[in-house]
Amino acid sequence: MSEAEVVNMPIAKAINEGLRRAMADNDRVILMGEDIGTLGGVFRVTDALQAEFGSARVLDTPLAESGIIGSAIGLAMNGYRPVCEIQFDGFIFPGFDQITSQLAKLTSRHDGLLNFPVVIRVPYGGHIGAVEHHQESPEAYFAHTPGLRLVSPSTANDAYWMIQQAIASNDPVMFFEPKAKYWAKGDVALEGEPLGLHKTRVARIGKDVTVVGHGAMVPVLLQAAQVAQSEGTSIEVLDLRSISPIDYDPILESVRKTGRLVVAQEAPGSVSVGSEIAATVAEKAFYSLQAPVLRVSGYDTPFPPAKLEGLYLPDADRVLEAVDRTLSY
Amino acid sequence: MPWVQDPQPVQFLTPDGDFAPNESAQAFAAELESLDLVALQEMYRDMALTRAFDTECTNLQRQGQLALWVPSVGQEGAQVGSARAALPQDHIFPSYREHAVARIRGVNLVNVVAQFRGVTHGGWDVTDPAHGNFHLYTLVIGSQALHATGFALSQVLDATKKAGEKDLPAGAQGRETNEATIVYFGDGATSQGDVNEAMIFAASYQTPQLFFVQNNKWAISVPVERQARTPIYRRAAGFGLKSIQIDGNDILASYAVSNRMLKDARAGGGPQFIEALTYRIGAHTTSDDPTKYRENEELLEWQAKDPIRRFEKYIKSQGAEDSFFEQVAADAGELALKIRDGVLHMPVPEPGAMFKHVYAEEHPVMQGQAAWLERYENSFEAGESA
Ligand SMILES: Cc1ncc(C[n+]2csc(CCOP(=O)(O)OP(=O)(O)O)c2C)c(N)n1
Ligand SMILES: [Mg+2]
Repeated sequence: MSEAEVVNMPIAKAINEGLRRAMADNDRVILMGEDIGTLGGVFRVTDALQAEFGSARVLDTPLAESGIIGSAIGLAMNGYRPVCEIQFDGFIFPGFDQITSQLAKLTSRHDGLLNFPVVIRVPYGGHIGAVEHHQESPEAYFAHTPGLRLVSPSTANDAYWMIQQAIASNDPVMFFEPKAKYWAKGDVALEGEPLGLHKTRVARIGKDVTVVGHGAMVPVLLQAAQVAQSEGTSIEVLDLRSISPIDYDPILESVRKTGRLVVAQEAPGSVSVGSEIAATVAEKAFYSLQAPVLRVSGYDTPFPPAKLEGLYLPDADRVLEAVDRTLSY
Repeated sequence: MPWVQDPQPVQFLTPDGDFAPNESAQAFAAELESLDLVALQEMYRDMALTRAFDTECTNLQRQGQLALWVPSVGQEGAQVGSARAALPQDHIFPSYREHAVARIRGVNLVNVVAQFRGVTHGGWDVTDPAHGNFHLYTLVIGSQALHATGFALSQVLDATKKAGEKDLPAGAQGRETNEATIVYFGDGATSQGDVNEAMIFAASYQTPQLFFVQNNKWAISVPVERQARTPIYRRAAGFGLKSIQIDGNDILASYAVSNRMLKDARAGGGPQFIEALTYRIGAHTTSDDPTKYRENEELLEWQAKDPIRRFEKYIKSQGAEDSFFEQVAADAGELALKIRDGVLHMPVPEPGAMFKHVYAEEHPVMQGQAAWLERYENSFEAGESA
């Protein structure tokens, strides 16, 4: 591959480049959100896009999340492909009704005669030491809602491609961005055939225990695998990438090999994405399992004040504690 | 002394059907010039047929053929006047009571009943040009106001692009679009965040839009005074919308003001708001008993202001003949029969239909669950025949 085709860049920049390319390719793609124009978003993910494409394609909206999603729906009804930015995870709830009762149901209400290609970008998760409502992981609410697709990249390359694939999808896609990793750099292959939007990816090959997670959890899982290796345990790391639908085949294949599974996430564990994976794997790979599927997650509390986030968020040690437990069976 | 002096609601026809435009109406009188007797008779027919349809649907519900019905009786004047002012290219977002508007825009009324029969959550193809850009009913109170505003914003974006421009600066004037969007909602809906956010977005982007509130005095059992201690139209003015209050039982007021405002909106005049004062003569829905919360005197008072009766008197004075009214009555009876027949023969969806359009694109969960349901259903058939 020539050097021009691979560029090293942070995840935030990769999303920015993906948005730029999607906008250049299709003039029905527009961006909407709070402070996304001249400021380029509070995380600068939309940096310089308004200057390039104009304020009629990069819309600074009034400060109202239901308004953003609800009007994106109307725009989609007339052939636009709006990409909405929710400023922080914890501020998505004023838009909850428009997402779950409208956007998610409108394709079926219309018997498929109208499409709703709306993307909702959500910078999510902890590790940034911020105040309340700025570090949450609300994926499960939306994964529970039929009609939505949910994805979350963990690498710059995936960020670049998955945002374009999300925009190209004719279904509503919620795009969970690991905000703690916005500045983490990675190689992006600007040309070539990307992995499918809803595919689970094997991030590291191993043979003793399978661990699976998405977004900012993935680098933690890779770190845990590194440590485990020095202690003689071989961990296979799966990057979920798609939270809804979940691509189970690679997970089941891995579990059939290792016999042990740990699911990890920042969100509270009860009724969560991890719970769903645990239930499905128990159902479909029962005879392969050597140990119960274990969950490593945030506690079932509100996200705590920043000084306690290190205790709340699963780190490599907590992942390894669970790995040890599965190996004790 | 009141802090603000409200003008009289725009009225051309008195409740007795006399053409006596009040002071507020003078400015809109020119809008009526294009209405000849043929057009007036058409508007009468719209109201009369919708009422016959409504009555038949209430009967069907009472006979157990519909789970629910939402009558529009008493509100036909507000609806028909505004709908007749819309041009074919305009888009319309209803709530769930705008049966007259649906019919005028070309939707087969049998399809309007379909969701109350329990066979669909929608009922008609909004992309079919024959359906006059009349969007689906929306049951979450007020949420369609934002869809309408987003649609109207798309009309602004289209026009901006067509003009070769790429910016939409904050504080900019509206732009000529040659098409508009109308959204209907009720007095109760004006308390919802979505309706208020819709007005904010509409004002911000100067959308070519008409917000049409039918203030029918009640939100199920709750009187409008619980929602608003100021006339509702005044609130819209506070958002920067052009706003006016009309006698909603006067079809001519509804037509004239809607026509003027829609023209203004299409020409770049920005979002507009009409508060139509009307009354829900029937129950909120067939599940409701209005005698539990409202006085009979109020009902009688509003029955005396009926929009159809007053318009009948007016068009008679304009030359409508008995034969016309006889024909309308015959058509109304025929429509009722057609509705009854259509409802009773409405096909029930296939079991697999619930999985079919949840997503526009292929989805493994839908495929898996649809296949499972089919196998499960077939397992019973096999058992029966064995
Ligand atoms: C968000 C929401 N809350 C409650 C309801 C239940 N509900 C249905 S109609 C209605 C009253 C609506 O009143 P109004 O907006 O005045 O419209 P009208 O029915 O009088 O035409 C209520 C409370 C609902 N459909 N949606
Ligand atoms: Mg009402």
